[in-house]
Amino acid sequence: MTDHHPTHPAAPEFGAVDTLVSAKPASLWRDTLAGVLRQRSAVIGLIILGIFLFVVIFADQIAPFDPRQSMLGVETGVLKQAPPCVHLLGCPADRYEHIFGLDTNFQDVFSRVVIGSRISIGIGFAAIGLAIVLGGTIGAIAGYVGGKTDNILMRFMDVVLAFPSLLLAIVIVSALGSNLINTMLAISIVSVPVYARIVRASVLGARENDYVTASRALGESTSGILIRRIMPNAVTPLIVQGTLGIGTAVLEIAALAFVGVVSLSEITWGSMIAIEFQRLFTAPHIILAPGLAITFVVLGFNLLGDGLRDAFDPRLNR
Amino acid sequence: MTRFIARRLLVTIPVLLGLIFIVFTLARVIPGDPCRAVLGERATDAVCDDFIRRYGLDQPIPIQFGLYLGQLSRGDLGVSIKHSQPVTQLLIDRLPTTIELTLMALLFAVVVGIPLGLLSAYRRNSPVDVGSMIVANIGVSMPVFVLGLLLQFVFALLLKGTPFALPPSGRLSSGVEVMSLIQVWHLENVTGALRGFLDFFSRLYIPTALITGQWGPLGDALRHLILPMVALGTIPLAIIARITRSSLLEVLGLDYVRTARAKGLRERTVVLRHATRNALLPVVTIVGLQLGGLLSGAVLTETVFNLTGVGRTLYEAITGRDYVVIQGFTLIVAFIYVAVNLLVDLSYGFLDPRVRQR
Repeated sequence: MTDHHPTHPAAPEFGAVDTLVSAKPASLWRDTLAGVLRQRSAVIGLIILGIFLFVVIFADQIAPFDPRQSMLGVETGVLKQAPPCVHLLGCPADRYEHIFGLDTNFQDVFSRVVIGSRISIGIGFAAIGLAIVLGGTIGAIAGYVGGKTDNILMRFMDVVLAFPSLLLAIVIVSALGSNLINTMLAISIVSVPVYARIVRASVLGARENDYVTASRALGESTSGILIRRIMPNAVTPLIVQGTLGIGTAVLEIAALAFVGVVSLSEITWGSMIAIEFQRLFTAPHIILAPGLAITFVVLGFNLLGDGLRDAFDPRLNR
Repeated sequence: MTRFIARRLLVTIPVLLGLIFIVFTLARVIPGDPCRAVLGERATDAVCDDFIRRYGLDQPIPIQFGLYLGQLSRGDLGVSIKHSQPVTQLLIDRLPTTIELTLMALLFAVVVGIPLGLLSAYRRNSPVDVGSMIVANIGVSMPVFVLGLLLQFVFALLLKGTPFALPPSGRLSSGVEVMSLIQVWHLENVTGALRGFLDFFSRLYIPTALITGQWGPLGDALRHLILPMVALGTIPLAIIARITRSSLLEVLGLDYVRTARAKGLRERTVVLRHATRNALLPVVTIVGLQLGGLLSGAVLTETVFNLTGVGRTLYEAITGRDYVVIQGFTLIVAFIYVAVNLLVDLSYGFLDPRVRQR
């Protein structure tokens, strides 16, 4: 297990990174990037995520069809749940090309997977971003103020952690109403404690350092000390956990959509599976395509997160 | 040790109270009219007024919360609005499905994951190591329900007709039944809590069939459980294997292991007796932590494999605005989760004397 020692010798450089970058080209960020690129799994993760990022940005250009358009009446001789057809792979030229086939509503599965990437990945990013901001604030306050405040805040975090996260997310979405914003909020809420704990640990570790005492003696404001002197210590573990967290969030969005708390009219990978999973035995391609998309995205985030962790951890530096 | 246990127990109390409060609040916030959700859109106002009064929904929220706490302290979880059945009865009916599934999945994850992790660490960078870590990486990335569907596709459709075919849904084949303990031991006149416990236990098909020697139904129940167990257990398996691997690698680099080697012990003794014991400490924590994920995953697994467990019931309760069931079931699941975490913490204190002093 790699637990993070936020006070490792390289950490203080984070605070001064802006002045160092211009003075000395060998910055910590550059070293880290080199460290990440040295690891095969992290590179694979980056490639996978790069592809999906491209798909998310250019989804409208990549999707060959309107994801909601039924091919019935548009193409002649169209079959419900038609299996994938790629002309290059020997599919007869007189059939229409649908590389992931059609679903029960005669819609192009590939276009739906491409457009679905936006919500499926986008909400994950937004949810974890919000969780980092909320959790970071809570953790920073708890760690820096200490005492009763710390106790109350962290006990509350314990209560949130005491629920299995998906169950809590389901209940929250049902309570707030099932739309995409609330889905994002629910996933964010269940992730907050993790980030609060990380930031609190970093703050506790850094609080008593000499450079912090020095800043205090120089009359720097509390918020200034927190933001400029202490928080940079939390950046590394937050980046690692955040990367892994987005992967988890993508899984949770898919799960929420699968159990049906996210409206099925939204095109997401989870809801594509939810709509069609009863047809597994007759048309497996409709489930396989979004299923593999989820798996690859999450794999990408996991590989990158592990790679970042190894690259940031000075004890593992070779 | 006693002080350690007492301290951990005390810390749990505010968490439990917080849990009850959150569950109660969330259940109230769920939008929609409970009366019409249950009795149908055409229920008249008079009928609804009576309904709301009967379930105490007209009282101020703080009073409802107080009443709820009082009820809980008597072990009463209320009566399901929809099933018009006590929630405890519903739990006796449905919790065993989830418990059996979760425990078997955890067992699968531990029994396969730990040896795999040890082997990977010991044969570092060998094909076994690289292969199992690739599989582990994919395993943690695949949603439970996608894996479940894939398994169904392979074992129930592709392998249909071969000896490897497995049933894709349910707990037993139609026509097969596991006789309850009450039937087997002729305890029809037992009542009260013991009766509840016997009913509950009898719904755990595998142990019941095992102790009463119903071998046919036992085999059938096991065959039905394999696919959901693998689907649910794969993520914890991957996590356990990874943690075991990195933990053993860390321990193998320590001085005392070198000392053990230097004094001429056989490699097998060094690894199994000296290194593995310490390497398994963090694994205990991780195993405990998996339970939350397993309970979450159980909701999905139950949907895919058509099992009527806690997850399915909770989901139906949410769509049907059955507050009482939502409250009761969420609470019980969270309680189980807290209790297991407590046990894990305590076992850690038991295994590692240093923890007790902190």
